[in-house]
Amino acid sequence: MKRRDFLQTTGAVIVGFVMDLTLSDLGIAQEGRSLPSPGKPVDPKEVDSFIAIHPDGSVSIYTSKVDVGTGLRIAISQMVAEELGVPVEKITVVEGDTAITPDHGGTGGSTGIPRGGTDLRQAAATARQAIDKLRAERPGASLGELIGGKRLMLQVDPKAPLKNPSQYSVVGKPILRTDVPAKATGRFTYVQDFSVPGMLHARVIRPKSFGSKLMAVDEASIRNIPDARVVRLGNFLAVVANDEWAAIRASRELKVTWSDWRGLPGSDRLEEYVRSGAVERDEAVVNKGDAPSALSTGAKQLQASYFWPYQSHASLGPACAVADVRPDGTTIWTSSQGPHGMRNNFAKLFGIPENQLRVIYLDGSGSYGTNGGDDAAADAFLLSKTLGKPVRVQWMREDELAWDPKGPPQALELRGAVDTMGKILAWDTQMWLPANVPGSRPLLAADGAGIQQPQGRGAGQVTNNGDPPYAATNVRVLVHWLKDSPLRLSNLRAPGKIANVFAVESFTDELASAAGIDSVEFRLRGLTDPRAIDVIQRASEMLGWKPRPSPNPDAAQGRSLTGRGIAYVRYKQAENYVAIAMDVAVDSTTGKINVRRVTCAHDCGLVINPDGLKNQIEGCIVQTLGRALHEEVKFDASRVTSVNWASYPILTFLEAPAVEVALIDRPNLPPLGAGEAATAPVAAALGNAIFDATGVRVRTVPIRAVTLARS
Amino acid sequence: MPKYSLRVNGKAVTVDSWDPGQPLLYVLRNALGLHGPKFGCGLGQCGACSVLIDGKVARSCTMPVRQAAGKAITTIEGLGTPEQPDPVQTAFVAEQAAQCGYCTNGMVMAARSFLNQTPNPTPEQVKQGLAGNLCRCGTHTRILAAVLRAAKA
Repeated sequence: MKRRDFLQTTGAVIVGFVMDLTLSDLGIAQEGRSLPSPGKPVDPKEVDSFIAIHPDGSVSIYTSKVDVGTGLRIAISQMVAEELGVPVEKITVVEGDTAITPDHGGTGGSTGIPRGGTDLRQAAATARQAIDKLRAERPGASLGELIGGKRLMLQVDPKAPLKNPSQYSVVGKPILRTDVPAKATGRFTYVQDFSVPGMLHARVIRPKSFGSKLMAVDEASIRNIPDARVVRLGNFLAVVANDEWAAIRASRELKVTWSDWRGLPGSDRLEEYVRSGAVERDEAVVNKGDAPSALSTGAKQLQASYFWPYQSHASLGPACAVADVRPDGTTIWTSSQGPHGMRNNFAKLFGIPENQLRVIYLDGSGSYGTNGGDDAAADAFLLSKTLGKPVRVQWMREDELAWDPKGPPQALELRGAVDTMGKILAWDTQMWLPANVPGSRPLLAADGAGIQQPQGRGAGQVTNNGDPPYAATNVRVLVHWLKDSPLRLSNLRAPGKIANVFAVESFTDELASAAGIDSVEFRLRGLTDPRAIDVIQRASEMLGWKPRPSPNPDAAQGRSLTGRGIAYVRYKQAENYVAIAMDVAVDSTTGKINVRRVTCAHDCGLVINPDGLKNQIEGCIVQTLGRALHEEVKFDASRVTSVNWASYPILTFLEAPAVEVALIDRPNLPPLGAGEAATAPVAAALGNAIFDATGVRVRTVPIRAVTLARS
Repeated sequence: MPKYSLRVNGKAVTVDSWDPGQPLLYVLRNALGLHGPKFGCGLGQCGACSVLIDGKVARSCTMPVRQAAGKAITTIEGLGTPEQPDPVQTAFVAEQAAQCGYCTNGMVMAARSFLNQTPNPTPEQVKQGLAGNLCRCGTHTRILAAVLRAAKA
């Protein structure tokens, strides 16, 4: 703040401060110097916290929501540009910097647009009202001349009128992302590329098993590696060096003795472990009518068990962070999806005043929830604090796949009864899930160093979509919350919903098949919501769906068995409508699955950027196909054993199907997020298509190949 | 400290490396400040670290610097600039063939090398050509479209 201006307007006195600090702030952040808070407001009630209009007419917008490769930056820029009436190219997004961005929530649960974007839009609409008043007094003045560099000093007005969607000229356009040219030419700065002067490189040496204690370290074993040294804090062990390769060599060559520990059930018997695990409590999350009694009614009664294993976020680039702990303040650079949450948590845990800790987001490799990034930040923090120098930590491949907190295992048991017309008379879902434990997730570094911390556990809203979205009089979803989880958990894209919909929508198909009714027809009979009907019809039409019951009577095509399947979700029973249909060919000798074509109809309300939205939906589909076909965290009694891309395979190009997406735009409805919803029906649509092709029902992931009966 | 002479993006450079076994990736990223090539696995399994060596795609995370000595190395920064991009890079932008973009380096370099060998590929050939490059965000369909677009450019 350099000087104070007063703007007299007709209705109110607006006090403004010069705010030309913002862009240079970022420059300084990039250079790595910690800054005291520059005085920019961050209160989410104030317009100036979200928006700064510079003298040249350019605009900075500030948000705690971060892009992580989703295209959020361009979408929220469009929302603000539209409401503020400025060209979208004039807008720069400043994201996830705890010193200068308002905290209106971390990034997760597909809230970037519906919470982040709409907050910014409302701030922009409020600003627009003030600008219009000023402009009435100075007709012809540019935005920069009217406001440039001054604060608006306004509270965000929740009633500030929004532009009528019929007038939109920026929202709804497939405007290109600004980061792609830099990414395609190798000029984009990821957190992995960020450095500060005098920075040391570190590698953390994780215990040889989850419960091992550090017995001995032979520091002489790395004597020949230049400048390499050992940092040991209890069981937290790291090597640091000026040179990154020296740190890596040292981490491999350091002779360390860990105690033995065997405390895991092993992934081979995980399903049994989950189904028979000690239950903390039962909770009926849906209870309508009397499902247990009604299960014995009707023409057909079915029962089936489904299982989904632990999965990793499996980010392509292992987690990385840089920390600079100084007496006058600490700065952490991270790609965490929750920089403000990290700031609050680290401040509490490590005993630093919140205003002495600045967390700055930089894009990293896609994280799809909480991957190893928060732990890498804690590693870097602890090392920088210990050494008094800035430290960069990057995990190695095996660290990320072994030590990232995992998506939970999910066991489900479904029972249902249908009448001859295909009406669902009773539905009962039981799920076995690790119970939530309040408090923050333990950080590996703090754990190793013996720092007291909460031992919280949570994986997100994992029970949603356990009930069918179709008319049914008697429905129960009963959760058996398990006391234990052998592996640490976190939210992994569409937490819980992928497995729940895999079970619910596969079982729906089982009921349809038992009733001898076409899968699309069966679903439509149970629906009245036109948006639901719309997506199912669109996705099936795009695939060229011909009504008939499954399995396919004419499946054989050369060496293959062919079939199609469909699945539908109303995400969290309250958000996006998504239907996915797919066409598969299963090799009749090997059982190998070839997903040939996927169609998707997607309704998330108002569409902000149709190309960005399609990109997200395509990614949801392709990534989840990989999760359904291949992914399973393997572990023995001591440690995770699936630690590279050979032992934890993800989808390759050879398996990538053609994907067609139809967007159903609802301009007069609120926009919803799209980072997760389209993941949810993928595994079920795949399982249903496999059943249609082969008559074999897959109920366990990873599917890998179909076990075909010998004829 | 041993010195190694390389040609990187058309310029002769000499780099020090205390370890002749140091992978080229770290030399490029840390000694030469070329951050385009990325560390993904260090095992040659994902392709994020790819560069062109004498015009052909190679994994810099497993190639010792002593083996790269004397070779002509092109990184993604040398392939094109935002102002003067290679047609592959142009196509990636046109198709918006990225989400997080961490794999993009490897995709672009593998595609360039592949198209040098196979200028008019079928979609199936492109899949085969990129089979060793992993993408976690699931942008495969866009990357395929971008490579086919670049082939037509």
